[in-house]
Amino acid sequence: MIFLDNLINGLSLGSIYAIIALGYTMVYGIAKMLNFAHGDVIMIGAYIAFCGLQYWGLPPVIAILAAMAVCTLLGVTIEGLAYRPLRQATSLAVLITAIGMSYLLQNIALMIWGANPKSFPRTFINGASIRIGQLNISSATIWTILANIVIMVALTLFTAKTKMGKAMRCVSEDRGAAELMGINVNRTISMTFAIGSALAAIAGVLLCSSYPILQPTTGSMPGIKAFTAAVFGGIGSIPGAMIGGVLLGVIEIFGKAYISTELGDAIVFAVLIVVLLVKPTGLLGKPVREKV
Amino acid sequence: METQKKALPLLKAHDLHVYYGAIHAIKGITLEVYENEIVTLIGANGAGKSTTLNTIAGLLKPRQGTVALNGEIISGLGASKVVPKGLSLCPEGRRIFQQMTVRENLEMGSYTRPATEIAGSLEDVFKRFPRLKEREKQIAGTLSGGEQQMLAMARALMSKPKLMMLDEPSMGLAPILVEQIFSIIKELHQAGTTILLVEQNAQMALQVADRAYVMETGNITLQGPAEELLHNEAVQRAYLGS
Repeated sequence: MIFLDNLINGLSLGSIYAIIALGYTMVYGIAKMLNFAHGDVIMIGAYIAFCGLQYWGLPPVIAILAAMAVCTLLGVTIEGLAYRPLRQATSLAVLITAIGMSYLLQNIALMIWGANPKSFPRTFINGASIRIGQLNISSATIWTILANIVIMVALTLFTAKTKMGKAMRCVSEDRGAAELMGINVNRTISMTFAIGSALAAIAGVLLCSSYPILQPTTGSMPGIKAFTAAVFGGIGSIPGAMIGGVLLGVIEIFGKAYISTELGDAIVFAVLIVVLLVKPTGLLGKPVREKV
Repeated sequence: METQKKALPLLKAHDLHVYYGAIHAIKGITLEVYENEIVTLIGANGAGKSTTLNTIAGLLKPRQGTVALNGEIISGLGASKVVPKGLSLCPEGRRIFQQMTVRENLEMGSYTRPATEIAGSLEDVFKRFPRLKEREKQIAGTLSGGEQQMLAMARALMSKPKLMMLDEPSMGLAPILVEQIFSIIKELHQAGTTILLVEQNAQMALQVADRAYVMETGNITLQGPAEELLHNEAVQRAYLGS
């Protein structure tokens, strides 16, 4: 039973990583940059939802939608102001800008909400838990896993079927050729940031529903682990982010349960190193294409 | 020919200067393409042929000079806004979307056109390239080199261009496929597409073209009817290997 409990907890945590990892992997795939501020967009999303629930008395669904709207706007603004002017710059310059943006967001949160941790309110997400035999599954776990599945299916359909989704795949493969098709590359990249950031808001709410302590650094560690998950699964690959995220969550929980609570995080990163040594492109990553 | 020249050119590049950082790659090029012509741009590696096409297509911005399509200035718009005006570039190295299917590649070619028109264009393209119809659902990266080149050309046709620019369509292909590509170019021309062709294979290019420009280190050094250049001694020595 303890094994199953741990497995379910791992799937739940992994689902949160997976949703965050999608933001990293989509932006990397399309804009070819690592948006290290992504974890902090999660934190902002969680704070907006917190304010909606705690101060403005919004119904939970509206509070989540408000968080998504703010994060979407934030993501598009960050891209437009900070990353777009660097489109031709070296990747190192973009990386440093992203790290700077991460600290900027944390400090803005510190100014607005202070350093004291807030306790995230309970919502329908923290409803009654379900009992199956001896197994007790919390409501938050079910919502998290469910959200992950819905998001994965929706994103897969979006990139496979819609015009914008196909345009994203084109930009991801060859930006110049995409432009020659008449695709507006800047708009496509903005759209990618919008989707990734809206998902970050959802991840923020789910994260704080399971681990209800909210402070300006809340997004950092999950952000880095989700980035690890994206690399683990093969950065740039949407199914890779999903698999990487879920596996990472399961490994983390099992590591903490059976090996050492203190070393849980270390185990996660050790697994990443092993995977990268064996398969440098990650589990589902595609090998770099040779130019003919 | 004389009456045609008095008409407005379909494409006019005027005094183009293009830089890569500090390198002055194109040093004041002026060229014209009239409706229903095949014009070819020949020259050695690094002469600036591809840079010229990329600038006309809007991928690169000229520091000086203009590009006009049907009298309308299109330089500075950016490639994605040039395509719907009726100009498409089939780029060097094909640059098809390797991870998409043949059909998806073609659909992306008509990205700027209304969805209702795509089915008809697909049919036209499949009629011209039956091989692509057979491989419609195949991932483009698995096609052979010749098929990939055909896909790249078909994709460029999907935007219904008035002027189609082809950058080294014969590159890396076996001689029999080169013949095939050139006969397709002739067919497209007969069907009413105006073509601006960049080629290393000067012999073949001059044989299909009406007019030609010869480029050397960022300048146009010779121009005239293709027939004439084919027999020009300097051209023969430099590019035709005789």
